Amino acid sequence: MLPTLNGRIQTRVFVLLVVGGLWTLLVSPLIGQPYGVTFVVLLAVVVLGVGWELLYHLIQQFRWEKDWPTLFGLLTAVNEGALLWALISAGAVPGVPREVPFGAFLVQFLSTWIIVWLVVNGPMRVPFVHWRFRGGRLI
Amino acid sequence: MRQDTIRLPGPAVAPDPGPGAVRPGDLTPELIATDWWSDDAVSRAGIPVVDVPFVSVGGGIGSFVTVDYLRICGVPTSAIRVLTQLESPWESYEYLTRVSQIPRGERLRSDSASCPDNIWGFPSYAVREALATRSPRSLWNVLVEPILADYYTPKAGQAFESMEREHDRIDYASTVVKGQVRMVRRRVGGGYFTILIPAEGTSPTRRVAYRSRYVHVAVGYPGLKFLPDLMEYRERHRDYGSVVNAYEPHEQIYQRLAAAPGTVLVRGGGIVASRVLQRLIDDRDARGLQTQILHVFRTFVTGAHGPHVWMRRRGGDGWAYQGFNYPKSVWGGQLKARVRKLEGQERAALYAQFGGTNTPIRRNWQEQLRRGRRERWYHAFQGEITGLTPGPSGTVHAALRTANGPQDVQVTAVIDCTGLEADIREHRVLADLLDHGGAGRNPLGRLDVERSFEVRGTRSEPGRMYASGSATNGGYFPGVDTFLGLQIAAQEIADDLEALGFCARLGPVRSTHQWWLWARGRKI
Repeated sequence: MLPTLNGRIQTRVFVLLVVGGLWTLLVSPLIGQPYGVTFVVLLAVVVLGVGWELLYHLIQQFRWEKDWPTLFGLLTAVNEGALLWALISAGAVPGVPREVPFGAFLVQFLSTWIIVWLVVNGPMRVPFVHWRFRGGRLI
Repeated sequence: MRQDTIRLPGPAVAPDPGPGAVRPGDLTPELIATDWWSDDAVSRAGIPVVDVPFVSVGGGIGSFVTVDYLRICGVPTSAIRVLTQLESPWESYEYLTRVSQIPRGERLRSDSASCPDNIWGFPSYAVREALATRSPRSLWNVLVEPILADYYTPKAGQAFESMEREHDRIDYASTVVKGQVRMVRRRVGGGYFTILIPAEGTSPTRRVAYRSRYVHVAVGYPGLKFLPDLMEYRERHRDYGSVVNAYEPHEQIYQRLAAAPGTVLVRGGGIVASRVLQRLIDDRDARGLQTQILHVFRTFVTGAHGPHVWMRRRGGDGWAYQGFNYPKSVWGGQLKARVRKLEGQERAALYAQFGGTNTPIRRNWQEQLRRGRRERWYHAFQGEITGLTPGPSGTVHAALRTANGPQDVQVTAVIDCTGLEADIREHRVLADLLDHGGAGRNPLGRLDVERSFEVRGTRSEPGRMYASGSATNGGYFPGVDTFLGLQIAAQEIADDLEALGFCARLGPVRSTHQWWLWARGRKI
C-alpha cells in the first residue's frame, strides 16, 4: 500500500462500511450476536481506526519508501483488536454489553479484518482503477 | 544518432532530401521550415494523407499500455495508429534487459502489481506466479516484503508473455503501421501531421502524412551514451572488446574470463553493476573460476544517508539501497502527491534527493559480495578512472584516482555500468518538437508535460499532443520510465481524452466489466 493520510482514512471508512458491513450482515447470525451489537463493534473499528491511521501515518514517515507494507496492514489487527476488546471489557463502547463473549468478538473482528485486508490488497483496484494511484483516495 | 550512443533495435535514421533532390511525395524545404502546416502545403508536396483520430509514435511499451488503456475505454482499433519500427512493443526493452544480464528467466526490478498487460494490477504477478507454479512461495514473498524478504519482482519472461497475450486480446497488431517517424507538426485548423517514412516497398511515396486530432509521443530513451573516457580508449586503440558498456552485448568478456583467470574492473553503483557482479560471481561459483573483481564507485556510500530523519535512505559497502528506481510512494502515495504540487527548482531539488544511483538490497547479492570480501576476490573502493591504455597480451591498463592516492591496475576487461542518458535533442522527433512544435524543457531538461501528460506548448485546438516515458522525466510525476509509470501516464491521458469526448469514462461499472473480460481472456 502507498497511502496518503487522506487516502488511509477514506479507504478505512469506505471499505469497512461497505465490505465490512456486508460481512457483518452475514456473520452476526453465525456468532449469535444481535446486529445492534455487531454493527456498533464495526462502527467502533471505523471510529478508533481514524485515530490509529494518524499514528500509522506518523510511523510511515520514518520509512524512506513512504509505503505501508502489506504485512503491517495485517498485523495491526493485533493492536487494534486488543484496544477495542479492552474498551468493550471496560464498558466504554456505548451499545456493546461488557459480557459479549470473547470468542464471538474475536471471530467477528478477525474475519472482518482479514476480508477487508484482502479486498484492499487487490480486488479494490478492479472497480476503482484510479484509487491506487491516488494514495487510497476515493473522492 | 551519434557514434557515442548505444544502438537500440531498429534501422538507422533515414536522411532528409538534399537541396534540389526533392521527389514528389517527399518533404519540401517549405514544409521543413514551417511550424504550422496547412492541408494545401502537404498536398502540394504530393505526400499522401491518412486520416486517423489518434496516433501513437514509438510503438514500445509506452505506446502499448496507452493503446491498451484506450481500447479498454472503448476506442476501436480503427481510430488508433501506432507508428513504429519495432517488431513488438517489448523489443527494445527486452534487448536492454537481456544484454544487461536479465534474460527471460531472471527477475526484473519491478513491483508485483506493475503489470503492463493489466491496467488494474490485479491479480498481480505474484498471484499469477503462485497459480501457475502451484506454489505459495510468491504469495508469501509479497505478504512479508520488504520486512522479512526482499521485494518480490516478476521474471522478465512472465512480463513479456503476459504482454503478448494482452497484445493479442486487444488486437494491437491492427493498429500498427511500420516505418520511421520523422516529425510531428501542428496543423493549421487543428490537430497534427505526423510524417512517416514507411517501411521499404510498402508505399509509392517516400513519406506518408498521418493527419490526427491527437498525437501521443512515446519514443523511449533518446539514447544511452558511452562515457567519454571509454569512448576515447575504444576509438584511439581500436579495441571494442575489452572496454564495454554493460548495455551493449559483452558476452565475450565472460567467455575470456572462463578461458583464463583474469581481473575485471566494474564501474558503477546501480542495478546494472549488481547484475554484472552477480553474473561474474555466478560464473565463478558454477565453473570454479578465479576471477578477481575490482569495483570502483564514484560515490562510495558507507551508511544511511539523507537530509533528515524522515528522509533517510539505507546504504553501505559503497551502495545506496532502494527497492525500485524511486522510493515506492512516487507511484501512488505521499511522494506522488507531493511532487505533483511542485514547480521549477523545488521539483528538481526533490528529484535530486530521491534520485541518484541506487540498487535494491537483495539477500543473494549481499551473500555473494560478503563472501567476495571475505575471500578477497572482490574489492570495492571509491575512485575514478583517469586513464585507459592497452596493456600486455590483450589486457587493459587502468589508471585510477582513489581515496588512497593514484593506483594502477592491469585488467582483462572494464565493464562500465554507468549509463549517461542522452539529451532529448538526440532523438530527431523530440528535437523537431523543440524547434518547430512549441515544446519546451522541464526543470530536469526533459520534455515539459502537464499533469495530464499533454506536451506543454504544443496544443493545436481542438487537438492535443501527449508524451510519456523516459523523455518526460522531471515532470509532475516521477517514475515515468517504469511499467507502472507508463500506466499512470496512460491513465492521465485517457482521463483527459475522456473529458474531450474521445473515449468512455472508466467508472466502477465499466472498469469491473472490462476486468471481467480481461480475466476471461475475451477479445475486445
